[in-house]
Amino acid sequence: MTKESKIKSLLRYLKSPSSAALWFILAIGFAGGVIFWGGFNTALEVTNTEAFCISCHEMEDNVYEEYKETIHYANRSGVRATCPDCHVPKKWTHKIVRKIAASKEVWGMLTGLIDTREKFQDHRRELAEREWKRMKENDSLECRNCHNFEYMDFSEQGNRSVKMHSSALASGEKTCIDCHKGIAHELPDMKGVANW
Amino acid sequence: MKILPLIMITASLAMSMNVQAYQEVTSGGLETIRGMAKVNETKSAEALKRVIKDKNPIKRNYVHQPPVVPHQIRGYQVNKDSNKCLTCHSWKYARETGATKISLTHYEARDGKTLSDVSPRRYFCSQCHVTQADAPELIDNTFKPVELLGSN
Repeated sequence: MTKESKIKSLLRYLKSPSSAALWFILAIGFAGGVIFWGGFNTALEVTNTEAFCISCHEMEDNVYEEYKETIHYANRSGVRATCPDCHVPKKWTHKIVRKIAASKEVWGMLTGLIDTREKFQDHRRELAEREWKRMKENDSLECRNCHNFEYMDFSEQGNRSVKMHSSALASGEKTCIDCHKGIAHELPDMKGVANW
Repeated sequence: MKILPLIMITASLAMSMNVQAYQEVTSGGLETIRGMAKVNETKSAEALKRVIKDKNPIKRNYVHQPPVVPHQIRGYQVNKDSNKCLTCHSWKYARETGATKISLTHYEARDGKTLSDVSPRRYFCSQCHVTQADAPELIDNTFKPVELLGSN
């Protein structure tokens, strides 16, 4: 048998499925699905790490440097909240929506929207407002992934915290981000921001 | 003529001896804020003190004393863009938050004019108002506040 006829016979075999071919196609489809889906999710998880976030200097030189001085980076117990813990929802559907929205940030990176400190400072208010709005709308979902109101022990909190948490937060009138702005990054010019 | 090198050798020897036998310098038995450490001794640093987390207002010790901060202020940003302290202590929010209002003097510019917002010279709170650590006094202090301020 020549090489050509071998290929031809293989093609013929694939074109006219015998009873075994149905299972063969299903198996291929299943394996392909596993590989594709697994690969997709793995790639998605890679983009959901701090190392990925700060692989762009826009993030590493600005927001990451600021974050390093805050309690979510260094604290007594060593528990950390990394970039995606606060900026990417945990639930899959919400995560995909956020990831698609974030493709705009890739465009910003390519066009150099905030590629210097000065440009970043110019856009800080706009960027911060977008994030405040997002967290206000989802009732500070990312905060609540760790800080669960149900399990807050007021007897362990300071006077000021108890006063605010037992009233405004408990009634749902306010959400975390209303008061806790700029806890992980420097604040923009706060002129005109509500409650500031 | 061999006496000159001899003198030089003796002199240099004497000088090097002098360097080696350095004097021990004490504080003469007086205990300073550094403790009984010798002057030329590097004392190991004291452990860091914890800032008081949250307490009720602390009374003043003398008239015109800037009240001290009875709570921790880690991460509070006070700069040209934002003043975290004023989100509670400003006249606008003090009633709602139950915080101590900043005094009217903070609205006065140096020429005595009263402004509509905090005067720039009074804007940086921690220049005068400082947090407190739960630490013993370094030296005994018998100072008593005047009666009108009450006792601590």
